[in-house]
Amino acid sequence: MGAIAGVLAGLLLALLGLPVLSLILHISPGVLLDRLGEPLVLQALRLSLITSLSATATVVVLGLPVAYLLAMHEFRGKGLLEALIDLPMVLPPTVAGVALLTAFGRNGLAGHALGALGITLPFTTLGVVVAQAFVAAPFFIGAARAGFTEVDRKYLDAAATLHASPVRAFVTVLAPLAAPALLAGAATGWARALGEFGATITFAGNMPGVTQTMPLAVYLALQSDVDAAIALSVLLLLFSLAVLLTIRLGPARLTALVLRARRPPP
Amino acid sequence: MNTALRLALALLGVPVLPTHPAEPAPSVVNVFAAASLTEAFGEIGRTFEQGHPELMVQFNFAGSQQLALQMEQGAPADVFASADQRWMDFVKNKDLIEGEAPVFARNRLVVIVPKTNPARIQGLPDLVRRGTKIVLSAEAVPVGRYSREALAKLATAEGYPAGYDRRVLANVVSQEENVKSVVAKVQLGEADAGMVYRSDVTPAVARYVRVFEIPDESNVIAEYPIAVVKSSRHPEAAQAFVDLVRSDEGLRILRQHGLLPPTAAAPAPRP
Repeated sequence: MGAIAGVLAGLLLALLGLPVLSLILHISPGVLLDRLGEPLVLQALRLSLITSLSATATVVVLGLPVAYLLAMHEFRGKGLLEALIDLPMVLPPTVAGVALLTAFGRNGLAGHALGALGITLPFTTLGVVVAQAFVAAPFFIGAARAGFTEVDRKYLDAAATLHASPVRAFVTVLAPLAAPALLAGAATGWARALGEFGATITFAGNMPGVTQTMPLAVYLALQSDVDAAIALSVLLLLFSLAVLLTIRLGPARLTALVLRARRPPP
Repeated sequence: MNTALRLALALLGVPVLPTHPAEPAPSVVNVFAAASLTEAFGEIGRTFEQGHPELMVQFNFAGSQQLALQMEQGAPADVFASADQRWMDFVKNKDLIEGEAPVFARNRLVVIVPKTNPARIQGLPDLVRRGTKIVLSAEAVPVGRYSREALAKLATAEGYPAGYDRRVLANVVSQEENVKSVVAKVQLGEADAGMVYRSDVTPAVARYVRVFEIPDESNVIAEYPIAVVKSSRHPEAAQAFVDLVRSDEGLRILRQHGLLPPTAAAPAPRP
């Protein structure tokens, strides 16, 4: 039994690990460093950072109340809302891009209203943020909701007994207790935003410095120069890996710090 | 076995033998073709299958550059039809194709704008107006390179302002990864203008866009070569497909879809 499990686990490790390893082995560190210095690469990397962080911030701010609502309340149409929130996870990103165009494009349902406000999304950096937020939202909301659900109700009841307002209870009790889940959710949301390709190129197009994020730069490089594409991929890979590792090692300690700071002095 | 059970097993990945011993499964001919051939080759494929019931054509439509790279990585292609010589040469140099790669069709560039014409474009010189949202294909894509060449030629033509190509390129808001994405952005009215192949303006697209022809002397005529792939497992079938594409029947279908015949001497079809 143990041997079978070992073989299965080994197969999975090979499936996940080999592509990563071979990508890194494919290119020499010298070439990689050379590529890193190219303005187009730096531009794409910078744009990726700015847009994915903005998308994550948007998703956290708008997603927290929704996650709270889903975790704490039962209401009619809850199932429908849950399905709607999960939809971007199963939707092919290109479909998401087309849907965004038909909604927020110049001729989209909400396009005229946005235009009247002077907001243009297609072919703009803001459009990239919207596309990334669209695909990243379910990851954060799902994790945040699970985090809220796991918090023991007795702490909330205690807060209520002490006449803490719901907002105060949220800020001082619920959010700190759910902090690891919130951080993990924000991190996976960010990772998804960072890797976003299909919705971005469909909705926001591809323009260096404006909408060409790292995944788009990789794809376009693949059309003409495979080595350049691999160098860019390795870069994106190492970067994502560093982020994910930081998060894996980080939140536990980070949360411990937050909780210690919040603990009232004896 | 009843249908529901068979379906369930099939979904689980269990191989299910047909209840009735059917005729042997048809051999598949894999045709890797430039995205701009989607409609024309689709029809040629149906004609081919009617004439060869034992064969099935499977298409892989994408940018020529992408197809060439896929073939280099060992993708199982039987026929390769490229939208330019460059990527045919690329696979030729890798010793991937069999024999010559004759040109079977040509294509010309046009400028399309949405029927609603949000930027009020009345002619090609209007493309320099600041703020016009122009979408082109990326330079790595054949049509993207042709578009830039055509703009450079227009810049020296009579009636076009100085620095025409530079000013038009400054209006580009997106460099799409294939020509069909350019069509989509214009068709949806998000871009004010785009440069595509004449053959991309299919009847379905024509309902939404207005076409501006680029004069022949400034146009770039794309040449489409076709070849049988060396590693093909059905070389005869692959050759039969190539022959059909180059036959009078194939030519008729290609023309119907806005492509030009391979020789420059033949008259261009007027839309």
